[in-house]
Amino acid sequence: MDVVLLSRIQFALTVGFHFLFPPITIGLAWLLVLIEWRGWRTGDDTWVRMGRFFARLLALTFAVGVATGIVMEFQFGTNWAAYSKFVGDIFGAPLAAEGVLAFFLESGFLGLYLFGRGRVSKGAHWFSILMVAVGSTISAFWILVANSWQQTPAGYVVEHGRAELASFGAAVFNPSTLPRFFHTVDAALIAGAFVVAGVAAYLLRRNRDDDLARRALRLALVFGLVASVAEVFPFGHVHARQVAHTQPEKFAAIEGLYTGQSAAPMVLFAYPVTPPPELKAKIEVRGVLSWLAFGDMNAPIRGITDFAPQDRPPLWLTFVSFHNMVVLGLYFIAATAWGVWRLRGGRLWDDRRYLRLLIVSIPLPLAACQLGWMAAEVGRQPWIVYHLLRTSDAASASVPAGDVWFSLVLGGVVYLLLGSLYVYLLVREIRHGPPGPELHQA
Amino acid sequence: MDLNTIWFLLVGVLIAGYAVLDGFDLGTGVLHLVTSDERERRVMMNAIGPVWDGNEVWLLTGGGALFAAFPPVYATVFSGFYLAFTLLLVALILRAVSFEFRSKVDSHRWRRVWDVAFGVGSLVPALLFGVAVGNVLRGLETDAAGIRTTLPGLLNPYALLIGVLGLVMFVLHGATYLGLKTEGPLQARMRGWASAAWVAFIALYAVSTVASWAVAPYLFEHFAANPLTWVFFALLLAACVTGPAAVHASRFGRAFLASAAATVSVIALAAEGLFPRLVPARPDLAASLTIYNAASTPRTLETMLVIALVGMPLVVLYTVLIYRAFRGKTVLTPESY
Repeated sequence: MDVVLLSRIQFALTVGFHFLFPPITIGLAWLLVLIEWRGWRTGDDTWVRMGRFFARLLALTFAVGVATGIVMEFQFGTNWAAYSKFVGDIFGAPLAAEGVLAFFLESGFLGLYLFGRGRVSKGAHWFSILMVAVGSTISAFWILVANSWQQTPAGYVVEHGRAELASFGAAVFNPSTLPRFFHTVDAALIAGAFVVAGVAAYLLRRNRDDDLARRALRLALVFGLVASVAEVFPFGHVHARQVAHTQPEKFAAIEGLYTGQSAAPMVLFAYPVTPPPELKAKIEVRGVLSWLAFGDMNAPIRGITDFAPQDRPPLWLTFVSFHNMVVLGLYFIAATAWGVWRLRGGRLWDDRRYLRLLIVSIPLPLAACQLGWMAAEVGRQPWIVYHLLRTSDAASASVPAGDVWFSLVLGGVVYLLLGSLYVYLLVREIRHGPPGPELHQA
Repeated sequence: MDLNTIWFLLVGVLIAGYAVLDGFDLGTGVLHLVTSDERERRVMMNAIGPVWDGNEVWLLTGGGALFAAFPPVYATVFSGFYLAFTLLLVALILRAVSFEFRSKVDSHRWRRVWDVAFGVGSLVPALLFGVAVGNVLRGLETDAAGIRTTLPGLLNPYALLIGVLGLVMFVLHGATYLGLKTEGPLQARMRGWASAAWVAFIALYAVSTVASWAVAPYLFEHFAANPLTWVFFALLLAACVTGPAAVHASRFGRAFLASAAATVSVIALAAEGLFPRLVPARPDLAASLTIYNAASTPRTLETMLVIALVGMPLVVLYTVLIYRAFRGKTVLTPESY
């Protein structure tokens, strides 16, 4: 295998693994802002214990997120030196801004939040979890600025063999930044809601700390329902429209539109095969895609065959990942809506089958995040910066394939170990349950 | 002062900030290997528990700032040090998770495993940072593709010397920090380590200076003419005089300030020698990457300066407030690791 392919695999591994953790961190942090607020304002021990319990899960998740995030800051330099030189004038700034404006905030205040209980006032303690949530969200903003600039570059001129900054505002708020920011952060909120809901469901099934578990479940389901609905509309819809307008190749690939046509159909189910690109077992609704993307049932949309073969993204992976993400998104609405509906009259607490469904659903929002990210990043190929720089021209020229093999295998082993230990310790912590009232006095 | 020089200074401040703050974390991690007492190990881990993560951010931000201000340096150095960097990152990953992982299971063997991970995860970076600096100071063999290095080539005697100097510096800084945060017999032993580390540090620094003169004479080109040289040299001297005395008198606040001042001075003096180069090239020094031929555009440097001027005072403010909240001796509570 050549260095480019190896580096791509390595990047997919390191980012994919890292991206399992920040969504939980962001979602859980915002839920803890609500939980700790209730604990602080009411002085009710149940909310305080709930805060302490979920704070432990946050700490574990944050630790693995930080550990795997260190690699992110440096791997553009190690593996993608040509890319780094080409985009550094623009791409480095959001990474540095993320450090200055977000990482310090979340890391500093996480320490205060986890260890400062009793050392600082209750108000200051609540403020510290608020800053963790705000910091992790700002962090998501800057990293999406950087990645969105790769998707829809703006505010630059190409001079001296590199992309040079022409307008910082235009580069930061490039066409895809805000649609992707809201879509991604809301996905993180869903991930947090499903963690809290699943853990509460586990406690309820074991009849442990029923009062705490009911309150947590109620909070998580309402929070999750709002976030899940917003994820599809407006955020998902707005993002898809933006892709249709700014990255037509990617749009054609994820939607499975292989021939350009007016009144383009929305494909609900199909199995893509190549070559030539074709969808098998297709179920589609005519005109809906044109209507959703351009507000007109008869609007023409370009298909994948309208683009030169060397400019097309991979078709199978983009189509499959995107459609499965959508299915999961609809499932999140259904699952939380059912739960909120059953909350009335307390019919939910004894619904053991539904509670079990919530437990097994804990990892599903993370799966949706991974699928969405795959659709976004694979859909950008063959470009590392859309229409500016090809991925094949971006790797480090001075790094031999053997070195990348070594770091790839070593990284794979370390990540496998970290992933297994994380799941093992998380399950252990959940089984251990919320702290008792007596510990709280200590 | 032009923008390029300002960014040279800012990257330097981030590196020095990292060395001072995460420096005592790394030193603590190394020193925690010298005790086998469970309680003492926990005290040492918890002495840095609430703050180490924020400290490590200085490294990440330094990396981001280097990328933003001097992209070719970021690209050349990290791809050139590929394997060494891989080892460094794995070590930092192990250190980062060992706090949480270690405390979660109450088993002797489990904790030993994470003690080793924590210790090695601190020792390897504490050594490799210096090795990397040594290689940069010495100059790197550059061709059109960038720099090519091999792991054995990076471990040349000069770079290893600088690596050991860095390790001793971090151990010293960790020992004075632990002097501040601990009590009783543990504190007394940390005092012993700090004393020994001061002697080793002063001796190694003298040897390193002579070695640098021999290996990379260009580092001393403008040395005497720059008034900052004398400022930092005086600061280093003052630290080397007051530091050991403060350790001897068990005045750990002073001792910590002295080891911090020594750390900053050592980095500042190295940076002065390097300036305006960032990556000296071997054998043709004229091919070096400098703050001018490897910089981003003025527009980017200016924009980033605004972000730094808005963001960094805030960072310093709440970092001080957070450290204040955790001042005093480390006490183990149910929340501790």
